[in-house]
Amino acid sequence: MKLTVNGTEYEVDVEPDMPLLWVLRDELGLTGTKYGCGVAQCGACTVHVDGTAVRSCQLAAADISGEITTIEGLGSAEALHAVQEAWIEHQVAQCGYCQSGQIMAAASFLEFNTEPTDEDIDRAMSANLCRCGTYPRIRAAVKSAAAKLNGA
Amino acid sequence: MSTVGKIARRTFLIGSAAVAGGVAFGIHVVKRPIDNPLLADLAEGEAAITPYVKIDANGITLITPRADKGQGSYSVQANLIAEELDIDPATATITPGMPGPAYFNGAVLEEGVPFPAYDQSAVAEAMREFMAVPAKLFQMQMTGGSSTVPDGYVKLRMAGAVARETLKEAAAKRAGVARGDLKTQDGHVILPNGDKLAYTDLAAEASQLAPIQDVALRDPSEWRLLGKAATRRVDIPEKTTGAIKYGIDHAVEGMVHAAVRANPGIGGDVVSYDASAAEGMRGVQKVMPVAHGVAVIADNTWRAFKAVEAIEIEWGPGPYPASSPEIFETLAAAVNNEEAFDHRQRNEGDVDTSLANGEVFEATYKLPYLAHAPMEPMNVIALVEGGKVTIWTGTQIPLFIRNRAALIAGVEAENVDVHVLPMGGSFGHKLEMTHCEQAVEIAAAMQGTPVKLTWSREEDMTHDYPRPAAVAVGRGKVADGKVDTFDLSVGQSALAPSWFGRLMGMGIPGPDATITTGSWDQPFGIPNYRVTGYRAPEMVPVSSWRSVGASGNGFLHNAFLDELIHSAGADPLEERLRLCIDDTSRKVMEAVGEMSGWNGTDIGENRGRGVAFTLSFGVPCAQVIDVTNTDQGIKIDKVFVAADVGRVLDPTNIDAQLFGGVIFGLSHAMNCELTYENYAPLQNNYHQYEGMRLYQTPEFEVKVLENGPKIRGVGEPGLPPAAPALAGAIFAATGTRLREMPFNKFVDFV
Repeated sequence: MKLTVNGTEYEVDVEPDMPLLWVLRDELGLTGTKYGCGVAQCGACTVHVDGTAVRSCQLAAADISGEITTIEGLGSAEALHAVQEAWIEHQVAQCGYCQSGQIMAAASFLEFNTEPTDEDIDRAMSANLCRCGTYPRIRAAVKSAAAKLNGA
Repeated sequence: MSTVGKIARRTFLIGSAAVAGGVAFGIHVVKRPIDNPLLADLAEGEAAITPYVKIDANGITLITPRADKGQGSYSVQANLIAEELDIDPATATITPGMPGPAYFNGAVLEEGVPFPAYDQSAVAEAMREFMAVPAKLFQMQMTGGSSTVPDGYVKLRMAGAVARETLKEAAAKRAGVARGDLKTQDGHVILPNGDKLAYTDLAAEASQLAPIQDVALRDPSEWRLLGKAATRRVDIPEKTTGAIKYGIDHAVEGMVHAAVRANPGIGGDVVSYDASAAEGMRGVQKVMPVAHGVAVIADNTWRAFKAVEAIEIEWGPGPYPASSPEIFETLAAAVNNEEAFDHRQRNEGDVDTSLANGEVFEATYKLPYLAHAPMEPMNVIALVEGGKVTIWTGTQIPLFIRNRAALIAGVEAENVDVHVLPMGGSFGHKLEMTHCEQAVEIAAAMQGTPVKLTWSREEDMTHDYPRPAAVAVGRGKVADGKVDTFDLSVGQSALAPSWFGRLMGMGIPGPDATITTGSWDQPFGIPNYRVTGYRAPEMVPVSSWRSVGASGNGFLHNAFLDELIHSAGADPLEERLRLCIDDTSRKVMEAVGEMSGWNGTDIGENRGRGVAFTLSFGVPCAQVIDVTNTDQGIKIDKVFVAADVGRVLDPTNIDAQLFGGVIFGLSHAMNCELTYENYAPLQNNYHQYEGMRLYQTPEFEVKVLENGPKIRGVGEPGLPPAAPALAGAIFAATGTRLREMPFNKFVDFV
């Protein structure tokens, strides 16, 4: 089957029910997307399909029709996405393992809600688990990313 | 990963300082005391420069042997070296290097001495120094006990200074000037005429010199990196772009993927298994037994997970009581039972006489088993080939893994290489190595093929050697509005023998201080004051969990003290201040009082405020928590945190470690426990073991003081006071006393 990931088309030979997460990680070597729970509880596997945040551990490869964006395609060290800039500015990451998912969730959320209230941020970002407890800085970074995106 | 370990060995063998046209500082001086730890001059060995800086024509490599599991240790270690070396750490390669005895952790056992951390007496200090000796003998290249900063504070700066002065000496010789006339800046030696010589250009000449050992460390007032709020963590950019490769992301050419299911009753056997369904599944290459379980080797992680699930396995019983009620009965039976007596490191006044008369207040507390459950599950790559073993994994204990792998594969330890990779969290989980044992066992059966073993989340939580459960009984008395008698008895399975038994194949004799750490060693003076540890039999094998003994005792000591203070009619902060006998601790409590505008626990209708204090890992930490009792349940509004670390090296990261520790403490206090049925925990994924989420996260105000006499690490001390401060706030808001965790058994949270 064919998958478009970060603008590149790939031909993969996998079972139709293999979750996108494992196609990305084990078949395409895109390891920025993480395995945390395998049951859509933690959000570490969050990617975008046509700009919408989805749990790649719950999405069967055969069911995907849109374009996939992973953390590797969101921005790069040379050209960071506004959310990534804010994440570095606020020194969010500790172990960092959940942060790909957090950043992908935030980037998608801010596409759809350009002027989020504190409550909107709390609600939108609560689906993603962080065991290190970086939440206070995630909250601050999402706010500052929203301001950056609005100013741009 | 660099080959510094190999270079170091070759350097010894050929007796030359040359390292492929470069220089590795400090290797020479460390060799002797490490080779002969019993005979050598240990004081010299401890001050000896260890191999932390490698420079060749291609660049500068800083070796940061204390593992980074998210706490920022690579950054602080790199900054300690870079501060004296005069480089920008962002321009250097930063690697943990290969494990070696030279990297033993002299501080990790320091607080295992029978003196509380506030005791700075000569005897206490001498005992602490003595603890560096077993650390070296046991090859404790270990990360834990909030010890990275205390252990590295002097030796990493010394390594940077020795490297700098040796490079200056090389430049002095080349330019024909005196070393004293030279300066250094940003990776260069600056000659008197202003010309700059790059360190990388001087490396080959420096390698021919004996390292300049006679160096003085800079005064903190001269620091550019350390202590500055603008100093950034070196690992954050790659953790933000997804570029960082954790252990689970690492790939080796030709590797296969393995999954295991081991007996959920840890240590129980496999009675029989039927793998016929799994063997025919796509991508499956092999099914084989491993210790206490069965493994599948496939060409993809998911296929391995799916196939191992398809195996029908009949498990034998676990080697401990099968269910939580039986476990808690056993714990309760140990408390105040003479036969289970383990230690009593605090016994002041006359508790028995005091409690024999008058009104005695008594309360019983219960703490559950807790999983570490870091976001990255256990994983490892192992290759067994031609009498050699190579391991790639994120770990806090590389030398223990090396030695065990050698034993399993039947090779000498020197034929095992362990590459330490970044970790997606640990909280103590990666102080274990069962997954490595399994991987080496599989790899030994597949000689020449690298085997990557990944535990599913369910396998990980089921085999997460948990934080010990405990039952404690407090008995006490108050007099004249003051706490007069405090007697706390804690019953728990011993942690150290269980863990060391797995690491070293033998338990350690003697009492297990972790049963009461965080209770016996608190800086209070109470007329009759006794803390006793009772050892329950080993049941579920247990492990170190962020803040170790203090994780449970922080709650027990504060919760019981709060109840006594309440029955005395005193204020919980004022009475703690009155009882405090340590100046550094008192200032921390005063600071949290000022920050919060403390004026008692009543802060309005349906609201409440609690306070708690724990001295752990030498760091006094006080917290005030405010809650509101809403229609939807308890909402945690705000947390004030004050702590004293002696000296602040990375203020931005310390703030994060403290609030992160508080959130970890609150998460588990609110919602988490492992309960056992049929030998296995019923909770095996995050929906059954809910950490705090963003919408529940309170506001934080953090203040860090520098009054303490020693520099301290702060990865753990934020945790212990969180649960009792929350319990105090909930009591103030609702009148409900919480004596058992998790609190959601008794109150609802928003």
